[in-house]
Amino acid sequence: MDERALRGLIAKVKVGKLSRRAFVHKMLALGLTAPMASQMLDFCGVANAQAKFEYKPTKRGGGGALKVLWWQGATLLNPHFAVGTKDQEGSRIFYEPLAGWDEDGNLVAALAAEIPSRENGGLAADGMSVTWKLKQGVKWHDGKPFTADDVVFNWQYASDPATAAVTIGSYKDVKVEKVDDFTVRVIFAKPTPFWADAFVGTRGMLIPKHLFADYIGGKSRDAPANLKPVGTGPYKFVDFKPGDIVKGEIFADYHVANRPHFDSIEMKGGGDAVSAARAVIQTGEYDYAWNMQVEDEILQRLEKGGKGVATITPGGNIEHIQLNSTDPWTEVDGERSSLKTKHPLLSDPAVRQALAMLVDRKSVEDHIYGRTGSATGNFLNNPERVRSKNTKWEFNVEKASQLLEDAGWKKGPDGVRAKDGKKLKFVYQTSINTPRQKNQAIVKQAAQKAGVDMELKSVTASVFFSSDVANPDTYAKFYCDIQMYTTTMTQPDPEVFMNQFTSWEVATKENKWQGRNITRWRSEEYDKTFRAAEGELDPVKRAALFIRMNDLACGDQAVIPVVYRPRVAAISSKLKASLSGWDNDLWNLRDWYREA
Amino acid sequence: MGYYLLRRLLIVIPSLLGISLLLFMVLALAPGDPFEELATNPAVPPEVRASLRTKFGLDDPVPVRYVRWITAMAHGDWGFSFVSRVDVDKLILQRLPTTLFVIGSAQILAILVALPVGVFAATRPYSLFDQIASTLALIGFSLPTFFTGLLFILVFSIYLDWLPFVYRADLAAVGWRWYWEQFRQSIMPITVFGLAVGASMTRYVRSAVLDVIRLDYVTTARAKGLGERKVVVKHVVRNALIPVVTLVMLQMPAIFGGAIVTEQIFRIPGIGSLLISSILANDTPVVMAVTFVFACLVVLFNLIADILYGWLDPRISYS
Repeated sequence: MDERALRGLIAKVKVGKLSRRAFVHKMLALGLTAPMASQMLDFCGVANAQAKFEYKPTKRGGGGALKVLWWQGATLLNPHFAVGTKDQEGSRIFYEPLAGWDEDGNLVAALAAEIPSRENGGLAADGMSVTWKLKQGVKWHDGKPFTADDVVFNWQYASDPATAAVTIGSYKDVKVEKVDDFTVRVIFAKPTPFWADAFVGTRGMLIPKHLFADYIGGKSRDAPANLKPVGTGPYKFVDFKPGDIVKGEIFADYHVANRPHFDSIEMKGGGDAVSAARAVIQTGEYDYAWNMQVEDEILQRLEKGGKGVATITPGGNIEHIQLNSTDPWTEVDGERSSLKTKHPLLSDPAVRQALAMLVDRKSVEDHIYGRTGSATGNFLNNPERVRSKNTKWEFNVEKASQLLEDAGWKKGPDGVRAKDGKKLKFVYQTSINTPRQKNQAIVKQAAQKAGVDMELKSVTASVFFSSDVANPDTYAKFYCDIQMYTTTMTQPDPEVFMNQFTSWEVATKENKWQGRNITRWRSEEYDKTFRAAEGELDPVKRAALFIRMNDLACGDQAVIPVVYRPRVAAISSKLKASLSGWDNDLWNLRDWYREA
Repeated sequence: MGYYLLRRLLIVIPSLLGISLLLFMVLALAPGDPFEELATNPAVPPEVRASLRTKFGLDDPVPVRYVRWITAMAHGDWGFSFVSRVDVDKLILQRLPTTLFVIGSAQILAILVALPVGVFAATRPYSLFDQIASTLALIGFSLPTFFTGLLFILVFSIYLDWLPFVYRADLAAVGWRWYWEQFRQSIMPITVFGLAVGASMTRYVRSAVLDVIRLDYVTTARAKGLGERKVVVKHVVRNALIPVVTLVMLQMPAIFGGAIVTEQIFRIPGIGSLLISSILANDTPVVMAVTFVFACLVVLFNLIADILYGWLDPRISYS
């Protein structure tokens, strides 16, 4: 799909022939993110959709206690130090960003008075700055007013390398200045098409200047407010025990009318995902549980009890298979999978295409993931195919065999194909996790039929995903032919995500395998397209460039996407909550309510 | 006695040093990194992870880190958690009361069950009661707590819907309701854990009483015309309890270990579940501290057992 086709689609949305949501879903199928899709619509002047979530309570409070279960409890409550999503979620009860992302990728204002756009003058035409108008009359939990100084302070705090904030990536390359007490301007170093990063969503939560000002930089760990948050959110801090419990109570001066509905909130941590699902769906002891990494079969069985259900929220996580472009079995200058080598078998395009055809995604979906993972052929390839859910995936053992046969890979007496004395034998690794081992088995079986031998290898997750330079089994070293894991696209802008195929990101010994290009696949055209997208201000043109990049990487089978994994949560049947795959689960906590 | 105590205490120091060195080595050699999650998150630049590692001293060689840890420890500084950036001693103190409550109640329950059952079974060996008690005890200590725990949850929480299976350290209720809620949520973990401990204790009590009850002085007491009750309580149980008390003390470390499993199942925020989550998060200072606390307890209870033995049984002297 090129720029013209995209513009055609947008025009259809404009005249109402295509729903906004259908457009967003189409863009998701193309490997883009919902926030990016909605940005395209905004840019082309399609009116922002009204939030569909209906908040029914007519007064503040009175809803009793909200009990949520996080099987990994929050361990700290400063959003700038939030190592994992669990910490972000814990912080999100008390802190708010300027705006958050809803499920269709629209920006929804929280502490901002309005979302910046070209029309309201918030966005500079040259893409060099964005001006945020802040909501007035917002109070911190201790009664102090929230002003532009707080926003500027958060930038200073996070961008100071000595603070070692994990949010630094969103703040280090921008400058933030105060225009007046309720207006701030974010200034970029270069034209930036995706402006909604700093102060937005998971990494945009704002902490109060008056409590953190003395604890900037090296002293950041000593701030008492790290453990006793004072925010602007719907709930005030009551109690926190790391890894166990976070408690909050209603904030009577909250800046949105009639909210929140609940009088108190309790986030309990610990235990495991299955029993968390039980506590919500089966016994109703809790109202909501996060991240249900539970087999769909079990969830369905629990749902028969009727006290709760599993909700599926689309996001950007893809379980995929990577094919190594370099030779993992030859050591060059003390490293295997070195850029100086070429994979002896996988460098043949026919082999890669055949492998892509040997992944039975449908079976993987039906027998392993169920609702929690739908078959996908994309990071992206053919949009024609994406449209329908019943699309047939190219799973075809005969065709794959034929392809290999034609390319000169002939079956030997042991049933394994070979060419020029090289046998089609691969080592296929993944982390230890029941669905993944089942998935490996499905692929191996099909490969065997086609005369490809696969040796399966599983590595403990703590080793596989570690960055231990001394360990040969990490995913970043990729010391084998094929590997599989889930890549997460949590950030709303695909740019960071897509840099994993650029040639300067290759994981090598030199960069201690910290580069993000794990497959070591390289293409000059891809690099060029990526560079072009970095500076492209027109979101539609930029989207077309990203789609092109997707085409390049998937078309050449650098990776074989398997299933698309939405977020799964357990929720009580009475609780009404609006969830989003592009932000935290609690991004819109203020609107949560329980039906009588 | 004083000399013996001093000697024992002096031996404690090198053994604790040895234990801490071993623990530190194992943890340093184990794979993983507390900031692993940052590595797979493309939005976090690698420099952040690198600077966090330097800041927390993770890039120094292992011996340097060990010496730093042990000197800080000697000064009473337990270090701070990489994950929650809270001082470790605070973290442990926060959780200790819950663990002590659960373990203590379970231990009391175990004694309440084991003593009468064991004694009664021993006074009537091979009777129907003894057979049943022995069989149940065998089942009790053969079944691991993670199994009985899940079974209890399935029966009492899910099928019968009587009891909650998520334990909360700070209940919202006050007054009598608090006691009632606390009772309801504690009953399953304490029973599961207490019965497992009680089962093995019953066997100890029974065999200890059996050993004593056939001795001549017991026959003498009976011949004097003392009532059976008096014979058993005053003459038999008192002597039989000497080995039992030491056994209970020596069992303490195993009990702390067992608490880890029970705490995980019922989401009890004790030090056992703290240990598990810290191991999963590669939070070395917390893992070190908790395991070190366990090691101290083992050494301490060994010492107490030895001293108690001499005190209870005057035949043994330490001079």
